[in-house]
Amino acid sequence: MYYERPETLQDASRLLAETKGTAYILAGGTDLLVRAKSDHFEADLMVDIKSIAELRTVHHTAEGFAIGAAVSCADLGRHAALKAAWPGVVEAANLIGSAQIQSRCTIAGNLCNASPAADSVPAMVAAGARAIIAGPAGMRTVPVEAVPVAPGKTSLGQGEIVATIEIDNRPPRSGDAYLRFIPRTEMDIAVVGAGVSLTLDETGTIQSARVALGAVAPTVMLVAEAADAILGTRLEYAALERLAEACSAACRPINDKRGTVEFRKKVAGVLARRAARIAYDRSRGA
Amino acid sequence: MSGLAVSATINGDEVEYLCQAEETLLDVLRNRLGLTGAKEGCGTGDCGACSVVLDGKLVCSCLVLGAEVQGATVETIEGMAKGDTLHPLQTKFLEHAALQCGICTPGFLMAAKALLDANPDPTEEEIRFGLAGNLCRCTGYDKIVRAVQAAALEINGG
Repeated sequence: MYYERPETLQDASRLLAETKGTAYILAGGTDLLVRAKSDHFEADLMVDIKSIAELRTVHHTAEGFAIGAAVSCADLGRHAALKAAWPGVVEAANLIGSAQIQSRCTIAGNLCNASPAADSVPAMVAAGARAIIAGPAGMRTVPVEAVPVAPGKTSLGQGEIVATIEIDNRPPRSGDAYLRFIPRTEMDIAVVGAGVSLTLDETGTIQSARVALGAVAPTVMLVAEAADAILGTRLEYAALERLAEACSAACRPINDKRGTVEFRKKVAGVLARRAARIAYDRSRGA
Repeated sequence: MSGLAVSATINGDEVEYLCQAEETLLDVLRNRLGLTGAKEGCGTGDCGACSVVLDGKLVCSCLVLGAEVQGATVETIEGMAKGDTLHPLQTKFLEHAALQCGICTPGFLMAAKALLDANPDPTEEEIRFGLAGNLCRCTGYDKIVRAVQAAALEINGG
């Protein structure tokens, strides 16, 4: 195997595009280097993107936040402006693994690892985040939910790299939240995850909403029916009931040792309403 | 033998080594540099026995490539005591019997030091969350938590 550490996105993309063997992008390595130890893993090239200066920073502009693909989740947790604007996204990113893992793991890596249970992904989808992808043909922008296409598979072509995750600034009276269910308090993989992002009008009525679910389908789900169920409401009991029903109905989970189909459907609704409640309170500045 | 030439600062010393692209930092520390304090428990970032500090951040050295360390600063358990003087965490681990078989101890000490460096006066809950990436099959964790609390008190002049 070859290890390369390019200093520009163009060089990284060229290395990936020109290789004839199997190539991987190395950011935090917390998933890739675990897989690299399995007997079935073969890599001819690893391209470490952590020496590309523009991928190592969070830029906050008049439009929003541009989070470089090599920024660790621990560093996101220390970014005061991002945390204030998007507490749900940052909390989701900070739920991943231990202090040791937090030092290295990235949300771009979490997205590209394409696990259905990735914690930061439903929060990013609810936030309307975009992935800026660099490749041999230049740059393109897609909604983050367009990156994972199946467990472990992405829509990236050869030579393409998710370089940046972009999230807009917040209009007034907006808030987001992410909750997951795990059978213990820490260090586990989501059985179900739910991200909600809301913007209210001056009377406290929900003007726009996005609801995303994780670990209940092969890829993250943006549940439009769940958002519709709470639009125009002040999140009264009946609206929360409709939200939960829409989430449970949208799930297409599997049965496995961590949860049954029935359990996951039920919990998706429960978590979505709890996350909506938190997002609503945050929107009101409560 | 061919390999990637890497220079790094390890426990304050300038170190140069050759390693293969697949080799982890843990492999390099143990097999090439003779620093056997960091242990391989799981090799998958779950147990924390291989914890070291890389450029000021606590990491599992089993999930870092040796080649990635070019130009970086690494602190391992071997650098924790200053000569014959143990770090307060090491002293308190001994006093509180916070170890039995000892395999997890270097990792716990590195993680506890990283925790106290960032948060000198943690609550018990913060200690337990801060050390959640380190597994111990002997102590039941309580003695480790007490030792970290005692060390924090001593470091803070209590």
